[in-house]
Amino acid sequence: MNSLFTVIVLGFLLICAIATCLSRNLLVSVVIFMAYSVLMSIVWMLLQSPDLAITEAAVGAGVTSILFFITLKKLHAIQPQKEEEKHEPDRK
Amino acid sequence: MSQTANDSRPTLGERVRRWMAEDENLLDSEILSSVAEPTPRELRQMSPELFAAQEAAREERRQALIEEEGEFYARMHEWSQTRGMRVVNAVYRVLAVLVLVAVVFFLMNTVVALPPFGAADNPYNNEVSKRYIEQGIAETGAINFVCGMILDYRAFDTFGESTVLFVAACSVLLLLKLGEHKLGEKPSAAMLEAEWDDRHHEPKNDAVLQLAARVLTPIILLFGLYIILNGHLGPGGGFSGGAVMGAGLILYLNAFGFQKTERFFTYKTFRWVTFLALMTYAGLKSYSFFTGANHLESGIPLGTPGAILSSGFILPLNICVGFIVMCTMYAFYTLFRKGGM
Repeated sequence: MNSLFTVIVLGFLLICAIATCLSRNLLVSVVIFMAYSVLMSIVWMLLQSPDLAITEAAVGAGVTSILFFITLKKLHAIQPQKEEEKHEPDRK
Repeated sequence: MSQTANDSRPTLGERVRRWMAEDENLLDSEILSSVAEPTPRELRQMSPELFAAQEAAREERRQALIEEEGEFYARMHEWSQTRGMRVVNAVYRVLAVLVLVAVVFFLMNTVVALPPFGAADNPYNNEVSKRYIEQGIAETGAINFVCGMILDYRAFDTFGESTVLFVAACSVLLLLKLGEHKLGEKPSAAMLEAEWDDRHHEPKNDAVLQLAARVLTPIILLFGLYIILNGHLGPGGGFSGGAVMGAGLILYLNAFGFQKTERFFTYKTFRWVTFLALMTYAGLKSYSFFTGANHLESGIPLGTPGAILSSGFILPLNICVGFIVMCTMYAFYTLFRKGGM
């Protein structure tokens, strides 16, 4: 049971790692990276190092991602929400 | 491109090379070499009709050459924009995959060569970890001997790490700070721009976020405090607890804006808290400077392991590290966001 769970978590970890690289949208990349950090903290927990798990969850998933978001905002890589939803009723 | 009869014309490679270098004189020199110039004596003997015919032939040849050259240039340009681009892209991709596969190969080789995970005869199972596990609680008084390790046996290293964080915050401050804003003074253009940039995409007074922050912030801050204070008894410690508290502060700032947070956290607070925490740490562990970072009895009673007030210096050191990390995280965020605190 435990090993099955480990395999599942590791599989998701791999998927997240690859998806982070392949995603074209930087914002999506950062969000997937956050998910990666959370999974990584579960892996630390499974490896019986709760100290690292707490740090990974706080720094990796929390603070680092926030700094990434701020940087993306500064670079204007986060587009403001498109007005498509507003205009769509007009077209129909 | 086929070679023309004229031997003096440059070859295709030469022409491409010159075209790349954007040699303007290519055409002129070709015309000069291709049409035989009459020597002065011939010119004198030439009849006007003959001269005119020669001139016409020369002009015709010149036009033909110009046309040919233009066609050639256009074709080369188009090739570099379409097919050439595609070829370069394809080569780039193939090379990238090859290099990546090579790197993965070497890394995987290293991983395979590593000793099996958790085996008893692994190299890291040496006398050092044995000593930590067997004598750690007796010597440091900390039940969580990860904490006992980093804040007692290796407290000097942790001091260096805290200093690294402080220096990192200073560097970000140097790079991103926009200068202080005094009361009654007009803010500079850069500050106004940063303020506008900060608030442009930001939802002002978002009700959902504010409610969530109102519920979550106290819990997050309390949990961070618990991690810090409980560092020598359970998992956690100064660094992780400080990061959690910093994240809580950032959430609060995001929900309520700078006006609310500036009541309790300004640039001055950051300076004093970081300075005092680092100085306390240095004061508590300064004997390491004189003993060459060797472990030395501090004379502080270790107390009963498991009690909150135990394990000598570890609790105050944890608090110091926690405050440094919290201030650094929060300072990073505010500096990145609007270049001030």
